[in-house]
Amino acid sequence: MNSLKARLLAIAVMVIASAWALFPRTVEDRFQRDGVMVDTTYSRIPLKYGLDLRGGMHLALEIDQSQQQVTDVSDALERALRVVRSRIDEFGVAEPIVQRVGDRRIEVELPGIDDRERAIAVVQRSAFLRFQITDRTQALERVAPRLDQIVKTRGLDAAGATPEASRPSALGGIFQTDSAAGDSAAADVPSDGPFRNLIAPGSLPGQYYVAIGDVRRIERLLADSAIRNALPPGKVVRWGADSVSLSTVWYRPLYVLDNRDIITGEYLVDAKPEQDPMEGAKVTFQLNNEGGRRFRNETGRNIGNNMAIVLDDKVMSAPVIQGAIGTRGQITMGGRDLQPAQDLALVLRAGALPVPLTVVETRTIGASLGADAIQQGIYSGIAAVLIVIVIMVGYYRFSGFLAVIGLFFYTLITLAILATFEATLTLPGIAGFVLSIGMAVDANFLVFERIREELDAGKSVRLAIDEGFDHAWSAIVDTHVTTALTAAILYQFGDGPVRGFAVTLLAGIFASLASAIFFVRTLYYVWLSKQKTAPTTLSI
Amino acid sequence: MFRILHNTKYDFVRQWRLALITVVVFVVPAIVLIPISGFNYSIEFTGGTELRLNFPQAPDVADVRAAIADAGLGEAEITTFGSPNEIRIRAQDKSQVELQAAGATTVADQIEGALRERFGAEGFTRAGSEAIGPRVGEELRRNAIIATLIAFGLTLVYISWRFEWRFAVAAILGTLHDTLATMVFIKYLDIEISLFVVGGILTVIGYSMNDTVVVFDRIRENLRLNRKRPLSETINASINETLPRTIMTGTTTLGALIAMIFLGGDVIRPFALILTFGIVVGTFSSIWVAAPLVLWIERKWPRESDATPQSRVPSARA
Repeated sequence: MNSLKARLLAIAVMVIASAWALFPRTVEDRFQRDGVMVDTTYSRIPLKYGLDLRGGMHLALEIDQSQQQVTDVSDALERALRVVRSRIDEFGVAEPIVQRVGDRRIEVELPGIDDRERAIAVVQRSAFLRFQITDRTQALERVAPRLDQIVKTRGLDAAGATPEASRPSALGGIFQTDSAAGDSAAADVPSDGPFRNLIAPGSLPGQYYVAIGDVRRIERLLADSAIRNALPPGKVVRWGADSVSLSTVWYRPLYVLDNRDIITGEYLVDAKPEQDPMEGAKVTFQLNNEGGRRFRNETGRNIGNNMAIVLDDKVMSAPVIQGAIGTRGQITMGGRDLQPAQDLALVLRAGALPVPLTVVETRTIGASLGADAIQQGIYSGIAAVLIVIVIMVGYYRFSGFLAVIGLFFYTLITLAILATFEATLTLPGIAGFVLSIGMAVDANFLVFERIREELDAGKSVRLAIDEGFDHAWSAIVDTHVTTALTAAILYQFGDGPVRGFAVTLLAGIFASLASAIFFVRTLYYVWLSKQKTAPTTLSI
Repeated sequence: MFRILHNTKYDFVRQWRLALITVVVFVVPAIVLIPISGFNYSIEFTGGTELRLNFPQAPDVADVRAAIADAGLGEAEITTFGSPNEIRIRAQDKSQVELQAAGATTVADQIEGALRERFGAEGFTRAGSEAIGPRVGEELRRNAIIATLIAFGLTLVYISWRFEWRFAVAAILGTLHDTLATMVFIKYLDIEISLFVVGGILTVIGYSMNDTVVVFDRIRENLRLNRKRPLSETINASINETLPRTIMTGTTTLGALIAMIFLGGDVIRPFALILTFGIVVGTFSSIWVAAPLVLWIERKWPRESDATPQSRVPSARA
């Protein structure tokens, strides 16, 4: 029988293609082992498990527009996406997902990672590196009286400022002596104003110390527009990255720098973490030729000055320039832990983020939680399938048995579709899978009930089977299409877990059509072809 | 062959008043209750922070609470989760969510910092955490509503095309009935609306539509076979003919869902419960809501082609 052969051939092709799609294959992945990236290959079934099944971390990022407006959000997001992706690639995670969602969000999935702080730091750090010369002209001292006045007249007075006793007078020279000497105008106003009270000169030109308790207050003052306007022109004020301790009190350094960058990180070609017995962890970097030339010129002109190394608007250190520096430089991290240096080298290599990003959503799932979930998902899935099988075989006998074989075919096709489209198998996905089994079963029931009706109408077994399938067709198609419509909308608007549900449901709907309408019908034909005489009864 | 409900001749259309029961018990409360008191939304929708922390020994919950209150986050809800060693902390208060505008992990970091101070840096491990900024939640809620409306719209168009508009309207109203009933069921059981639960509601919509379409498919077929028969008789016959399938599919799906309720764990259970209810009510509405509605709409706006004046049909005393 030719049509039967053609059917069997089509089924064989589908089964082989599905088996091929699910065949374990070799994948290559980058892992981080002892701080070094290694490529490993291993073999596995090409089905992806979602974070809820194997643990890991989900991050959603958006462009932070609170500081400055970004005009072309879409373009900025695209560039940020590339940087985030290359950072994640270097981070050493197996099968990370970095993708753009909608027109303003980046989603990152990191399987097996649950160190939230570190992952966020690596992704979010803008890593904008620049070098600026510290101020030597005592510009801040000159405007300090004006700042004091602004603080007073605008009522910004930091009432309850650090009491006199804890003021940094222990630091040798306190601010007001400097300012009185440097600027005659300062002599006209009382020498200690509310602003100057909070700030003491540091150990380098352009460096000041602020007691830790006053940092917030200074931040508030610096954010005030009148204060900002009164700050010395051509200069920029930046915080230091680390605190220093001087005679039991902790201070945060505040730097006044020349606004001009002598060079930025865009010329950087490589960065490596290093462990130095004297300086602790550090990152050494290399500039390209053009960057090296500029750097040499600039440092040559500034010998004896202090050069602040500014990373993400924070001053990492401000060493004295001893001589012209070429293409190589270093950033000292301090401390024994190499990991911060590793992470910094990583983000420097991957490049600066074109725009600041803000984390709008994080989810971490511990691996143990995932293991429990898999277990429950599998148990409930098996139990559900067993119940379905018992009902089908119990009620429809031989035909029910054919439908059970159809279910295995259905499962194979569904998994193959999921593997082909690289869908991720999540917990809701398993639920969607179990549910689409319900759809497949419903399609079988529609057909079987129809065949029974045709038999009741006195048709022969062969004719009843054919007409049963033909007449059930419209109902099956309409039900599948309406469900598929809902699933497609879920996919479009859903996020993470719901999307997983929609994908398996869609795959299941297609497989259900193939199984109930085509596969089971072929099984009937095979059974009919084995009969020596035309059967008069059908076990249904 | 073993058969249930074979060749039944129930007059379902006459029993349309049964639908009043579900309308009174579920639909009316849904319309009244939901706008008044709303739902209990998960942090995915409201924004907020949820931390699940594993302690080596069961900690004193009061201790945890005090540490978090010291950090200025007194509104956080603290419960044990599964075992007494696992603590779930949830900060969903509006003021706390607003803190997260600066960065989604602001509150999580504060809570963890406070707890590490109290219990030591190695005092606990993180089993899971979720931190969702305020905007994300808002967006999600909007998307869920848009998704549902589009699903309804598309189905309306599809059924109008495959059947005709009377069937489409009846199917949509029947499904709306099921959706409202399911939502009020969620409210009665105080199940929290999470993304997964929304997925469940949408699945109920799909199933309800599925079930209605099977009955309508048979009505469509019977209408073609016998144009002279009054519509109410055609509808009754169609429901009776599809009854074995309706019951078999319902039973089988319920069987699978009951397995999920008992074995699926805390994550799947609420979802399975909602579907169980949805399938029962969806099956009910296909028979007693959607089908009588076709008749009712037909009477209000009769078809022109074969204008059998349905109001004269004696059996339809509705």
